Amino acid sequence: MNFIKRIIKNARGKSPWLFHMNTGSCNGCDIELIASLTPRFDVEQVGIKHEASPRHCDIVCVTGPVTNNAVNAVRAVYGQICHPKAVVAIGSCPASCNAFVNSPMVAGPLSNHMPVDVFVPGCPPRPSAIIEGIAKAAAILAERDVEESIARSAKHEAERKGATQ
Amino acid sequence: MSLFNYSLFHLLVFPGLVFAVPAAWFFMWVERKSIAMMQQRIGPPFMQPYYDFMKLMGKQSPVLPGFAGKMMKAWPALAVMTLLASLALLPTAPHGIGFAGDLILLATLLELPSIFSIIAGFTSKSLFGEVGSAREAVLGVANSILFLTALVMIALSAHTFRLSEIATAAPTPMRVLGIIAILACIPAKLRLNPFSTANAEQEIYAGALTEYAGPDLAFWELAHGLEWMALTGLVACIAIPPSGNLVLDICSFVLTSFLLVLVFAAISAGTARLTLNYSVRLYCTWGLVLIVLGFSSALLMRIKI
Repeated sequence: MNFIKRIIKNARGKSPWLFHMNTGSCNGCDIELIASLTPRFDVEQVGIKHEASPRHCDIVCVTGPVTNNAVNAVRAVYGQICHPKAVVAIGSCPASCNAFVNSPMVAGPLSNHMPVDVFVPGCPPRPSAIIEGIAKAAAILAERDVEESIARSAKHEAERKGATQ
Repeated sequence: MSLFNYSLFHLLVFPGLVFAVPAAWFFMWVERKSIAMMQQRIGPPFMQPYYDFMKLMGKQSPVLPGFAGKMMKAWPALAVMTLLASLALLPTAPHGIGFAGDLILLATLLELPSIFSIIAGFTSKSLFGEVGSAREAVLGVANSILFLTALVMIALSAHTFRLSEIATAAPTPMRVLGIIAILACIPAKLRLNPFSTANAEQEIYAGALTEYAGPDLAFWELAHGLEWMALTGLVACIAIPPSGNLVLDICSFVLTSFLLVLVFAAISAGTARLTLNYSVRLYCTWGLVLIVLGFSSALLMRIKI
């Protein structure tokens, strides 16, 4: 049993599939994220693959400060990703709302809505920094099993509900 | 070797389970690696399809309530089983006697995974899954007419529906036309460019498999690899006559399949996705030309006899 778990753990770190989500970004980080997936950087050599469906992905890459309109979509997409999962916040907006801090139109930062594993700071960050962030998230994901991921999401949800009450 | 032992060997050893699963991963790697090399990239490591499969096996799967949930889990497993059965029917080494009409069973088994994938898209109740399934159904009807006619052409040229006799029959122009027609159908059956409207990655999320995750998705990925093997293997068996030497026949089967994977990967990397209307029109018009050519050559053969 431990042997199978070890094989799956090893595979998990070497096959991070991404889903890209824009939560009201200016598109600067989106352009850099897509640039990091181009043949120039060739992320496929470390097993990174951009997936179209959140059901297929392991790591969700979020850009933008989480606008009020995007809140429900952010939670729905996070719920659709199967455990174990990891979150990478790309750019300064999901980390701190950046230029949009204290705006009534923004419900960020991202950590209010989902547990973030890796922050990639920058406005926008360079593709090499994004790839490094994804690689760190893959290493975190390799160590995380299904139960641990469920517990982490539940803990964050309880904290979020506690904070809103 | 009795029919039972022969079938068991083909199902479990070669070209069945023991050979097919690693070979399916290898062909999937060859496809990705060759596309990467054509784009001047290094591409995925050799073990990547295996890592992807193992990772998906360790992931949670979404649970749909009721009968639909159970069926959603059943479709990928059924697709893998039918493809393993179709591989077992291929007239490759070790050569056995087969049975009369096994070509008809093979054609049915090769069509079933596509039908399972269409039903899976509708079962998942996802809008994108349903769009993907509808596209696959339309494209499937268009290319299946040509695919099934090609198999009939090959059977007519050998005057038998027994695969082992077809593999050893002398080549005729009708057989060559049949092989060309099968080759023309393979990109649509494997959902490769330019006929990738059915899964249309990013455009309609992931087509029929949008709602799949975890072990179920792992089985769909495996089924895709086995589809590569079954279709390229079928062409290899019909195009290259068996020599009678076990090792030589296995090598020619693997090598021909490998070359076909390279060719289809090159076509996939070098072409853009066609719209559904254009794909269907292409199969209906050029397919019809191949069908007319094939059956007129069959008629000429009859007159000659």
